[in-house]
Amino acid sequence: MDAEKNYLVGVFDDEDVLLSGVTSIRESGVKIHEVYSPFPVHGLDEVLGYKRSRLPIAAFLFGLTGTSLALTMQIWMLGYDWPMIIGGKNFVSLPPFIPVTFELTVLLSALGMVATFMIVSDLKPYRWPRQFDLRSTDDKHVMAIDLALNHGKSKSEITSILKAAGASEVNEKNFE
Amino acid sequence: MQVSSVVRDPLVTGGKTVKDVSHDISRQVEGSPTRLWWMAMAVSSVFFAFGFYCVCTLLWNGVGVWGLNKTVGWAWDITNFVWWVGIGHAGTLISAILLLFRQRWRMSINRAAEAMTIFAVICAATFPLMHMGRLWLGFYWALPLPNAFGSLWANFNSPLLWDVFAISTYFTVSLVFWYIGLIPDFAVIRDRAVVQGNMLRANVYNALSFGWQGGAKTWMRYESVALILAGLSTPLVLSVHTIVSMDFATSVIPGWHTTIFPPYFVAGAIFSGFAMVLTLLLVTRVVFKLEDYITIYHIELMNIIIIVTGSVVGVAYITELFISWYSGVEYEGYAFYNRVQGPYAWAYWSMMTCNVISPQLFWIKKIRTSIAATFILSIIVNIGMWFERFVIIVTSLHRDYVPSSWTMFHPTMYDIGEYLFTFGLFFCAFLLFAKFFPVINMAEVKSIIKVGSERVAAEEIPVMEESNDTHH
Repeated sequence: MDAEKNYLVGVFDDEDVLLSGVTSIRESGVKIHEVYSPFPVHGLDEVLGYKRSRLPIAAFLFGLTGTSLALTMQIWMLGYDWPMIIGGKNFVSLPPFIPVTFELTVLLSALGMVATFMIVSDLKPYRWPRQFDLRSTDDKHVMAIDLALNHGKSKSEITSILKAAGASEVNEKNFE
Repeated sequence: MQVSSVVRDPLVTGGKTVKDVSHDISRQVEGSPTRLWWMAMAVSSVFFAFGFYCVCTLLWNGVGVWGLNKTVGWAWDITNFVWWVGIGHAGTLISAILLLFRQRWRMSINRAAEAMTIFAVICAATFPLMHMGRLWLGFYWALPLPNAFGSLWANFNSPLLWDVFAISTYFTVSLVFWYIGLIPDFAVIRDRAVVQGNMLRANVYNALSFGWQGGAKTWMRYESVALILAGLSTPLVLSVHTIVSMDFATSVIPGWHTTIFPPYFVAGAIFSGFAMVLTLLLVTRVVFKLEDYITIYHIELMNIIIIVTGSVVGVAYITELFISWYSGVEYEGYAFYNRVQGPYAWAYWSMMTCNVISPQLFWIKKIRTSIAATFILSIIVNIGMWFERFVIIVTSLHRDYVPSSWTMFHPTMYDIGEYLFTFGLFFCAFLLFAKFFPVINMAEVKSIIKVGSERVAAEEIPVMEESNDTHH
């Protein structure tokens, strides 16, 4: 771990106050580490300046893998490795291969995307997160400000900016 | 004033705050189980234990212990299989299709419905596996694995194999979708446990929540994942029962060989699935005191879906009858004449009464907003849908092309026992879920408290008051 890290933690009661607060805090030059919410707040990623997630691309690529895997498997198994006449159909006949191809496309796409999500979001069963405020999963929106990223500003200055932006309380949090 | 909008009823009643949501829903997980829960668990366990004995006997002696004969080779097993798979459909419909259509009323019912889907699919899968007789070889035969018979592979031209892929994909994707939704809610229980000083619970739920924190970036990705999973599951919902129907439709048995089967089976599945969701939720909301989250409005909307799908099913029955006559195929015509008039007419007419007539009662507002009526009708619909599958399977098989082999099907104790086994399994699993997992998606319900609850109504949205005034 890094050396001691100091954070200022602003607590917001309402998602609309939070949304306008984030904009004014960013305009005042304070860098926000992250905002933690009990539920998804729509538009928060935009005001925080986050880029759109690329998970849809991952899902598409995994889906494509599923399609090719399914087609290769069926064509090779029934067409070349052990060709058998079934109901007078061609050895390689695409229509009956569609259901399995569709299912494997969906399966690989879903599993691959979810695994990617878990990895990029650092979600693991044995990981205890660094919690800034336990109420962030209950009913409060919690904004963490890393003091190391805001050298130019004093604690009291940032506190007053947070208060002005609508934070109902501002606390300090230290991690070792 | 207690009116939130002139257009829509509030989705959460009782003036709940965001904090109340965490409290009301986590409380079941934190407290000890109620007497009612233990009673229900005891009854389910008895079913499970008796059923388990029947399953063991079946595996020891083979499928001969069932009442199947040379003519009727599929009976209760496949009836139950199709019935359970159908039950599962409502869960994915609620979580996927209604999410894509931005139906916010799905939010307090999706968790329980998805759990129902998963347990129902597990129950369904036991039947084809048992029917293979040698369960331990079942997986090996059904999957394209290298084997000892040279390079003999599974037959990808067979709808039965498509079923294996469809059901297992459906199960896996539904499970993942359900679990992804549970992650933020496990974190709520973890943090409450830390505050209460229960570190054992905190550690267990932290492991279950994968260390969820709820950062804005994670929520953004999470929503993107949920939306794509919904997009992937939507065709999956339609494909699964379509493929199940192809088990019948691609055959040449009169009464099965029908192109209407795929859409008709899907509608029937959603119909029976919603009935089962209603049966379960009407009990859950009372036992766990969740009346403010699962309101009469939710029940009414589900009943409307039952009217729609029930009517589709009714139209399909009549279409089948018409086509059997209009096609001029005498075997097809006889299959349907035999259904309506033959020795299984009682099953056919039970199906017609339960599925075609009973849901039409929901046109009456008083009935579709009545808890008692909804509960009774939801059970009637499920009975009717079981008969539908029974009628399709057994009446088409018991009189085949050769009258000398015509026969009847009589279930044995083991047929009944395995059905009871799945009931025991399903209800034990659902009760454990209801005790240890949050039954309502807290994060989603919290996100609509501001716009969809009674509370905000009068206080914070002055525009609404104006429109109320003009309305009254």
